[in-house]
Amino acid sequence: MDSFIVISLIKIFVVFGALMTILAYLQWVERKVIAHIQVRPGPYRVGPHGLLQPLADVIKLITKEDLVPPYVNKVLYLAAPFLAITMALLSISVIPFGPAIQVGGYQTWMQLTDLNIGVLFILAVSSMGVYGIALAGWSSNNKYALLGGLRSSAQMISYELPLSLAIAAPLLVSNTLSLRKLVDTQDGWLWNWNLFHGWQYVSFIIFLIAAFAETNRVPFDLPEAENELVAGFHTEYSSMKFASFFMAEYANMITVSCMATLLFLGGWVAPWPAAYGSGYVPVAIFAAAGVIMLFHGLHPARRRDRLTFLPFGLILLLAAAVFLVPLTQSALLPLFWFCAKTGAILFLFIWIRGTLPRFRYDQLMQFAWKFLFPVAMLNLLVTGLVVAVFS
Amino acid sequence: MDLIVFLVFAVIAVVAAINVVVQRHPISSAVSLIGVMGSLAVLYLLLGAEFIAAAQVIVYAGAVMVLFVFVIMLLNAGTETRTGRSFIASLLGVPVLAALLAMLAYFTARIYPRGTEVRFGGFRGGTAEAVGRALFTTYLLPFEITSILILIAIVGAIVLARKELE
Amino acid sequence: MMGQVPLSWFLMLSAVLFSLGVAGFIFRRNIITMFMSIELILNAVNLTFITFAYERQQVAGHLLAFFVMVVAAAEAAVGLAIILTIFKNRGTLNIDELNSMKN
Repeated sequence: MDSFIVISLIKIFVVFGALMTILAYLQWVERKVIAHIQVRPGPYRVGPHGLLQPLADVIKLITKEDLVPPYVNKVLYLAAPFLAITMALLSISVIPFGPAIQVGGYQTWMQLTDLNIGVLFILAVSSMGVYGIALAGWSSNNKYALLGGLRSSAQMISYELPLSLAIAAPLLVSNTLSLRKLVDTQDGWLWNWNLFHGWQYVSFIIFLIAAFAETNRVPFDLPEAENELVAGFHTEYSSMKFASFFMAEYANMITVSCMATLLFLGGWVAPWPAAYGSGYVPVAIFAAAGVIMLFHGLHPARRRDRLTFLPFGLILLLAAAVFLVPLTQSALLPLFWFCAKTGAILFLFIWIRGTLPRFRYDQLMQFAWKFLFPVAMLNLLVTGLVVAVFS
Repeated sequence: MDLIVFLVFAVIAVVAAINVVVQRHPISSAVSLIGVMGSLAVLYLLLGAEFIAAAQVIVYAGAVMVLFVFVIMLLNAGTETRTGRSFIASLLGVPVLAALLAMLAYFTARIYPRGTEVRFGGFRGGTAEAVGRALFTTYLLPFEITSILILIAIVGAIVLARKELE
Repeated sequence: MMGQVPLSWFLMLSAVLFSLGVAGFIFRRNIITMFMSIELILNAVNLTFITFAYERQQVAGHLLAFFVMVVAAAEAAVGLAIILTIFKNRGTLNIDELNSMKN
């Protein structure tokens, strides 16, 4: 009992620290990727390639004046960002990042807690996340904020239905609600993943579209668009409370990407088993990146690249070497594949933000109720029929 | 440990329920009701009802209460004013309520003076599989009837709330 | 054994919530608050069902609570639509002023 509490506390600190860092740097990645899509450099002044930009943003947000306007409903105004960020971070607690690992004599799973009803827990927490936005819009006592809040919450609850139906289809195929067992049923080769083996292509697309709408991302971000509604539901918020809403949005993005990986793309399972050499893929990737960086460091385009590229190249080669150590391989390899797949879906989120225009609000709601919801129901029906007939 | 969890969430539930009844503005009552439903979900987990706890949060706290909050925000009716105060009602109100409560508590304690003790993990039959199995075998008829009931409710709500055709 | 909760405490909590719901329904004049007191009553009854399911070690209590939840959701949808229509036509949510079917 004691060791369980100590191990859980250590895991909580590790996951929380990693998550906060990833949230900050996900914003850097987004700004850089969108900048390069728009053929401009993005943040590049603060630190090498703008890598210290998130730190500068955090310092700015913390030291900004924290203004509470006198005409707001104080209790709800202060509770809304707290609710939003709590629900967003709570759903990370049931996501498994890898299989069981041995750390110094104790065996533990790379997951904060495994629930029998893991998928239902994530759905429940995302349903509660609607309140953060609705109450923020209401308590601000501002018609733009109220409109933005109502539109955003109506959009979120409308797209919760196709999202739940799209989640139910691979659950029928895998026959479990626990996230850990979901990955265990997709063990093996590339074609064992639920996306291919279970023919869940339609579910995957519906899940992605509904996930874009649930997290208020382009092309569904009208409720928080800057040129439409002043700033939507967070008009009256400043500094840390505003930062909470942003962190909540990115944390929600990470959660739905992890869910897509676990449900459709096989979680932490490598595309081909380790017996056939999939353990050397991360080594190859990091080694290639390190060699390229060393090459550009030795023949620099700018003079200061000689100073920055050489150490980074060496760090990347060191990372490649770490993946060869058999002691940490059992923990690092599944983590690498999980992060690679989740990172690919996050890149898709950012890519679409830089590419597509946004929907008008009535087009958005019509699309949800008249097209996506019937298609999701039909998909669930067909999946249920196939599972019932062929097993 | 179970005792502490029960006491904490029972106190939260009762305080939030009193807040529902006492607050002047409907939105504060709605948020307190969400608090009641959340703490009841934790108590359901203590009683081994894991599927019903998740359903409570998803359906009740996450959909029905959102509907309430939306209607309150759209109507924007403001705080409640007192009309037609009856002197006898304000005199007898709270004592009668206390008497009702005392009667219920007395009969409850008489039937279960030192009954079963509830322990987390004492009932393992509340999984999604068990509920689903019972739902689709023994309780299939009520299940189909409630699905028709929901369809009727959807049609009724849409008919009632749409704009009048001139 | 320390850390176990007597079953009757759950039933008494349910009784307290039920009485508070009845009090809210009788004493408040705003329709929406009265509606929320009804939801409080339904939640108290759900707690009773689940408690007895634990005592009898059967899952039937969970099923009954599930159906109560479904019916409450349908009732909330229709009831709130009616409240919206009443507010559109009468302009008030105070039940003392909504005491005649004539406009």
